[in-house]
Amino acid sequence: MDVDSNWATDWVRRSADAVAAHKADLAALDRAIGDGDHGENLDRGYRAALAALDGLGDDATPADALMLVATTLISNVGGAAGPLYGTAFLKASGAAQGLDELGPSDVVAILTAARDGIVLRGKAEPGDKTMVDAWTPAVEAASAAAAAGSDVRAVLEAAAGAAERGAVDTEPLVARKGRASYLGERSAGHRDPGAESTALLLRAAAEAAADAAERRGS
Amino acid sequence: MRRSAVAADPNAPRVGLVFVSHSAAIADGLVELARQMAEDVVLVAAGGTDDGGIGTSFAKVSEGIARADAGSGAAVLFDLGSAVLTAETALDFVDDDQRARVRVVDAPLVEGGVAAAVAAQTGGTLDEVVAAASGASRGEAAGETPPADPGRPRYERTVTLRNEAGLHARPAAEFVRLASTFDAHVFVDGKDAKSLLAIMSLGAVRGDAVTISSDDTRARSAVDALAELVESGFGEG
Repeated sequence: MDVDSNWATDWVRRSADAVAAHKADLAALDRAIGDGDHGENLDRGYRAALAALDGLGDDATPADALMLVATTLISNVGGAAGPLYGTAFLKASGAAQGLDELGPSDVVAILTAARDGIVLRGKAEPGDKTMVDAWTPAVEAASAAAAAGSDVRAVLEAAAGAAERGAVDTEPLVARKGRASYLGERSAGHRDPGAESTALLLRAAAEAAADAAERRGS
Repeated sequence: MRRSAVAADPNAPRVGLVFVSHSAAIADGLVELARQMAEDVVLVAAGGTDDGGIGTSFAKVSEGIARADAGSGAAVLFDLGSAVLTAETALDFVDDDQRARVRVVDAPLVEGGVAAAVAAQTGGTLDEVVAAASGASRGEAAGETPPADPGRPRYERTVTLRNEAGLHARPAAEFVRLASTFDAHVFVDGKDAKSLLAIMSLGAVRGDAVTISSDDTRARSAVDALAELVESGFGEG
């Protein structure tokens, strides 16, 4: 089954819950190799997005919900994460434009646009120890799942699993982008906080799709 | 010799500038500094977060772009790390029309900001303002004269600085502004008379003699005008 704007708004709510629950973990990861504010900043951004959801009309499309996330994260998160996640959701919204329901290939298009937006903005490549190291395997796994005929729920499940493994795989890497790159070799041995938060957000997307499928009894 | 129009349209509004810094005090200070040499340019400080902390604000940068672009475009300069991300993201959110008129410029914030402000004050186009900011990163090498061609006739005048500040800050900007109204290439002690940073790098103070010259004999009026400006003491008496 496909997903609609209810999935998109549920994704925002579940993301806000996940970020709030893991705020301290993200902060600890960021303290090790960054400035320690990633958990606090992302939590502030998602609380603002949650509050802004009320202003979304009944006829809102998935693209509208994604745009709302983009603008609130950009305005409220700050640092590099605000522009990066903001750009990701801005591009994702563009990819969902005009669609009321999203099928497997639409979801792949959204994830791809988000990843491309982050790469465009941050100019990081895979292996630089950034959120790109979670997004890129997620996009690849989602594409493979969609090509194999999976439904949206399975496509997002594949993306979330790949993002989680990608986040873990950043641990031995030496950072080449962002503040952690100032640490050079000393950045190895720590998980990248941006890759970790990406895994949380994509897990929330998969859970929202699973829940939608359960409720529709499919 | 004097150019009929420095900007494409002399009545066009000037190019505006947005200074993006992690610190509100730095952005405000740069506006204050650049204002000395660019009284008619819209200079917008976009420093600090929305609640006054250290960081950059998407809202401040977006509003800054809207204020700075009066139709002739705007250049956005930035300081550290994520400031460029905020600036480029803000650009992503403006409409296509305006985006074509706004540039995020990779240049040293203070030197580039001042050079851009002077270029904008003298009616420079967006391209010229961006080039002035970018050129600032070349530092003292900016505006070096090409090797002199001994076969070419040369017109020069040596004048003594009488004003308090010498060829610095406002007088330097005034000098560059006047030089920019002429097509001819004019040099001051071998530095490009149209490059603010090159002129300031001379470090010429009160009592110093400087030689204003051009290989272009048609530039006599430009050399004379600049020499007279120096001899007038820049209006400081």
